[in-house]
Amino acid sequence: MSKQQLQFKLVLLGKKKDQYHRESAVGKSSLVLRFVKDQFDDYRESTIGGSFSLLRLSPRWTRLTLSTLTAAFLTQTVNLEDGTTVKFEIWDTAGQERYKSLAPMYYRNANCAVVVYDITQSASLEKARNWIRELQRQADPSIVIALCGNKSDLAARRQVTQEEAQKYAQEEGLMWAETSAKTGEGVTDIFTRIAKKLPTTAPPSSRGGAGRAGAAGDRKGVDLNKQQRSTSSGDQCNC
Amino acid sequence: MDEEYDVIVLGTGLTECILSGLLSVEGKKVLHMDRNDYYGGDSASLNLTQLYRKFRGDQTPPSELGRDRDYAVDLIPKFIIASGELTKILVHTDVTRYLEFKQIAGSFVYRDGKISKVPSTEMEAVKSPLMGLFEKRRAKKFFEFLQNWKDEDPATHQGLNLDIDTMKTVYETFGLEPGTQDFIGHAMALYLDDDYITKPARRAYERIVLYTSSMARYGKSPYIYPLYGLGELPQAFARLSAIYGGTYMLDKRVDEIVTDTDGKFVGVRSGSETVKAKQVIGDPSYFGDHKESGKVRVVEDGKVIRAICILKHPIPGTDDADSVQIIIPQNQVQRRHDIYIAMVSSTHNVCAKDVYVAIVSTVVETDRPEQEITPGLQLLGPIYQKFVSVTPLYTPISDGKADDIFITRSYDATSHFETVVEDVQDVWKRIIGKDLVLKKREVEVGQ
Repeated sequence: MSKQQLQFKLVLLGKKKDQYHRESAVGKSSLVLRFVKDQFDDYRESTIGGSFSLLRLSPRWTRLTLSTLTAAFLTQTVNLEDGTTVKFEIWDTAGQERYKSLAPMYYRNANCAVVVYDITQSASLEKARNWIRELQRQADPSIVIALCGNKSDLAARRQVTQEEAQKYAQEEGLMWAETSAKTGEGVTDIFTRIAKKLPTTAPPSSRGGAGRAGAAGDRKGVDLNKQQRSTSSGDQCNC
Repeated sequence: MDEEYDVIVLGTGLTECILSGLLSVEGKKVLHMDRNDYYGGDSASLNLTQLYRKFRGDQTPPSELGRDRDYAVDLIPKFIIASGELTKILVHTDVTRYLEFKQIAGSFVYRDGKISKVPSTEMEAVKSPLMGLFEKRRAKKFFEFLQNWKDEDPATHQGLNLDIDTMKTVYETFGLEPGTQDFIGHAMALYLDDDYITKPARRAYERIVLYTSSMARYGKSPYIYPLYGLGELPQAFARLSAIYGGTYMLDKRVDEIVTDTDGKFVGVRSGSETVKAKQVIGDPSYFGDHKESGKVRVVEDGKVIRAICILKHPIPGTDDADSVQIIIPQNQVQRRHDIYIAMVSSTHNVCAKDVYVAIVSTVVETDRPEQEITPGLQLLGPIYQKFVSVTPLYTPISDGKADDIFITRSYDATSHFETVVEDVQDVWKRIIGKDLVLKKREVEVGQ
């Protein structure tokens, strides 16, 4: 029997870089970039949804920046020791959270969430708490939430103690870790821990965990991409 | 909000969100605002609390309807034609990755007091009670004619010219009965009235071909539908826009469309702030005779009545289908416009289990619109809850080229999104000056 492959939707939340006060970002996108591509870019602009300076330069150029890639649709696979393969489908907020305009679609069927704060900014943990409350309200109750203190390489400027964050995580039943997107420390580890905590039964549907038990019928969905391709050759197409 | 944008978009209905997504991909800097705290405007899908708040004021939803979050009740009843224009946009922009679709289980048509399934296979067609034996043979010849038609091959034309001859002539050539004409024109070509009969047959031909090719795609009906309701569609296009740099502000008052002394668009005022942009796009509700915009820039073009009905059972006579469309052709009930019923259920994750949400709608013809939809309501059986709205349809009074103010149209009474896409294409051409050409999204990341 072939080994089991599971796919899960992972949403990414954390304080956004503030365009007026010039506070630095918590490093959500950097964290994912490290996880997915094992890369780090010191000069990276904030995620495209949050910055227009990028777009002004040239749309062509922005398509090549790492920011855009992060904001798009990333996947990464984790192989567990028991042979199970866990594929994360990672959703970035694309800046829609800035004016409290994150669509319900974002939380829909999310199996896991990584909520990022910056250990050098105590305000970012406060913001993380808000996101966790929001997840508890909006997302499926079975969602696995990891609280992630990023920038552990900047421990000298630490404002959030490990004890404080860990205590809060314990109270809320969250996973917790400190990471450094810059050095890579702790990054693979936290995603692997999430992968292990996700259910290995009832494989979710093609789109993250869309097959919600009890709600969905047994009829299979339709794949528009597939049908389009198979018929477009035969159709008279004016495009 | 002190930045300057290329385009400000007002209202997050489907039309506006498709435009916003396409403009962002094109490299435009877009600010998208909505006065509501939810996405979708008139094309939103509401949960129970939102639905009751909209129609019933302070009344809370009865607990026996189940969990609030299980509901996504569409305000505008429409289905997606499988081979239609919206499907093309969904695929080309790749927003399909944010959505899941299921079929609508069946399409029914009302004739002589009862409903019958629109045949989706030859087998069903042979057994269908919609036509007698001889009429079936004539209809078969008619459909073969359509199927074999090739513009460049006169041998397939049987002496008819689709660009000159009317549909009436075509029907007469094949000797089709009025009831069959009703069925073809309304249940397949999806015309709301009979105006098409006296026009050249080309357009009707194209619509019938679209219907049959969509039907052939999945087999049961020509329609598909997004899980969690139609409100997912604007959200998906909004996400596309955001990924390409669009800024989103919900729950934002729009107090004034600011213009210069020549009447040209300058910006949008919200409270004491004014955001500037080169152009503005908005749904008609931001340009009507309400407080917000000041100047009236839209005109009313008829009204639609829609009755959202919550049922505790499938619609009788549909073989307990989990989702259906029922068309009541105008002639069958002595009207000038068809009555539509669109029904979805928990199979599409829009309501609790064992609940069915049917919307009965038509173009208003009298001053007693609720009475006009009675033939539709009667087909539903006992109605647990009914939420009725009569909505004016607005169209812009100018094309926006002179003042950089581009207004979309209200969602009409048709059962599908083809006219919505036409509006998107029309607005695009007015704004950009070129036809909308769909390209595949460039960035492909991950495996």
